[in-house]
Amino acid sequence: MAGSEPQPRLAPPALPSWVANLIIVAILAVLWPLNSVLEKNLNPYYLQILVIIGINIILATSLNLINGITGQFSLGHAGFMALGGYVAAVLFKHYQPSGSAAILFFLGMLLFGGIVAATAGLLIGIPTLRLRGDYLAIATLGFGEIIGIVINNTEHIGPFLVGGASGLHGIPAYTNFFWVYSWVVICVVCVWRIVHSTRGKAFLAVREDEIAAAATGVDTAYQKVIAFLIGAFFAGVAGALSAMWFSDLDPGSFGFIRSIEIVVMVVLGGSGSITGVILAAIVLTYLPERLRILHDWRMVIYSLLLILMMLLRPEGLLGRRELWWTRRRLRSASAAAEPST
Amino acid sequence: MDKLVDQLIIGLSVGATYALIALGYTMVYGVLRLINFAHGDVYMVGAVVGYYVAHAMVRAGEPIWLTITAVIAAAVICCAILGFLIEYLAYRPLRNRPRLVALITAIGVSLLLENLFQLNVIFGPTPRSFPPEIRAALGKRFDLLSLGVSLVLMVVLTWVVKRTRTGLALRAVSYRFDTAMLMGVNTNRIISFTFMFGSALAAVAGVLDAIRYDVRPLMGILPGLKAFIAAVLGGIGNIPGALVGGILIGVVETLLKGYLKSEYTGYADAVSFVILILILLVRPSGLLGRPEREKV
Repeated sequence: MAGSEPQPRLAPPALPSWVANLIIVAILAVLWPLNSVLEKNLNPYYLQILVIIGINIILATSLNLINGITGQFSLGHAGFMALGGYVAAVLFKHYQPSGSAAILFFLGMLLFGGIVAATAGLLIGIPTLRLRGDYLAIATLGFGEIIGIVINNTEHIGPFLVGGASGLHGIPAYTNFFWVYSWVVICVVCVWRIVHSTRGKAFLAVREDEIAAAATGVDTAYQKVIAFLIGAFFAGVAGALSAMWFSDLDPGSFGFIRSIEIVVMVVLGGSGSITGVILAAIVLTYLPERLRILHDWRMVIYSLLLILMMLLRPEGLLGRRELWWTRRRLRSASAAAEPST
Repeated sequence: MDKLVDQLIIGLSVGATYALIALGYTMVYGVLRLINFAHGDVYMVGAVVGYYVAHAMVRAGEPIWLTITAVIAAAVICCAILGFLIEYLAYRPLRNRPRLVALITAIGVSLLLENLFQLNVIFGPTPRSFPPEIRAALGKRFDLLSLGVSLVLMVVLTWVVKRTRTGLALRAVSYRFDTAMLMGVNTNRIISFTFMFGSALAAVAGVLDAIRYDVRPLMGILPGLKAFIAAVLGGIGNIPGALVGGILIGVVETLLKGYLKSEYTGYADAVSFVILILILLVRPSGLLGRPEREKV
């Protein structure tokens, strides 16, 4: 982002904000009837896949804010997801609210799971975000593992049942298609608005060149912590949503491998491209399901496809552009935005 | 007191295997600046190869010492070839791409190996153990043997790196990749050599751990992570550092598992990660590493 050159437009010409807001409200309004239609008519297996896709979109989009947009390589996203999921599930199971209070409690728990994860993100982020590149990746990996190991070995915290290695079962299942996709909309809109705001420019500046960003007055440490905090919040919400969809929590499912899965979605979608990452989340959730006909060979083929995709298209499905960007737009934007390294 | 000595010997021997794996991470990071996530799975492949050879040899009634030598030799050769192939097929085409891309590819290779070996045609998901004759013949000497083998290998590695022309070239490549190339070092050859040597060390560690515990397709994940921590602890890219880090992690972990109350031993696995984060915060370049200056 050199000084005198004209800034490339990173966003398509912005809609008037009232139009954008109207569209968002319209989408949410459509989701509600859609939910009952799907629940009545769709095979539960496909409904489940749709819900998992939604949860993965939230995870991948929020990680994209940290990895793709702010350029901080985090390998601990599943840890935040576990934290959000466990906090929500443990409290829900302990208090067992009923009737109309339950739905409010459910929504409250989604938020609370997110807030706890965000707080953890803040606590973890402040010391570790001083580190760069590989070291940051290792430190976040370490934190993710610590969260997993602690949950795995904790049976009770005070009066609250955590479940330890055998997991937590019988969590009230309040999550449905509507709530998941409402959060998808909230998450994507938040990340989209952040990226196209002044703060988003600061995030991008940190990604492109931290030293140059600092030299032009961006408080890099602060911006990184903020990105981390927002990302962790949505990961916590996604964790709570998935805990209350499956109604079971298995501490083993939040390991390093889960974090990697989310990172792969971000990289394969094209780090930084919001629509690309959403696309990758859909493909990478649906593809392994389709490959089930291969039985034992499923994951072998999946990992081979992953390697081949990285070898043949290392910049990800969409690179840094969004779905509707034309090639010319991409060229003019990337000529100015791509780092020279 | 006896318990302490026993625990220390076990700790040293566990630590020495961590160090063997860590050396592979560190050497690869030194030359390519790549965290080779597939390294833990190369260690697993070593164990699996050893498993098949060991069973074949024991069934044929060969003497134990010959069996152990053959097992290690077979594992070393197979893994060296595997290491070469991984680098040649998966990493070399991405050499000039952003490092994140190579990292994801490394994860892909790791997943591929783990899932290939979970196929029943190749190995299958259930844990299997080495022929009991081997462990019985070694008895308590096993920990000393494992420690001894590891130490000998480290001396060999140090000699190769410090005293041979290949070692000189390796040090040159890890110091400045481009400059080494300009000075006529065949960097591709050196990188292949690094992968093969590192994989061979991991194979030995795999065989030792297979005798100590058992053989599973996912056995490489946790030791891989811990060895990686050991490499960072000692200073990634630094060969003596990997040794110190590995031994330190092994001893601390074994002592904790030996002396902690049984309800807390589960947390011992977390300790290495806590050590990792502390060292990263206090001295990110590791115990023996030299801090890198950021240049504009």
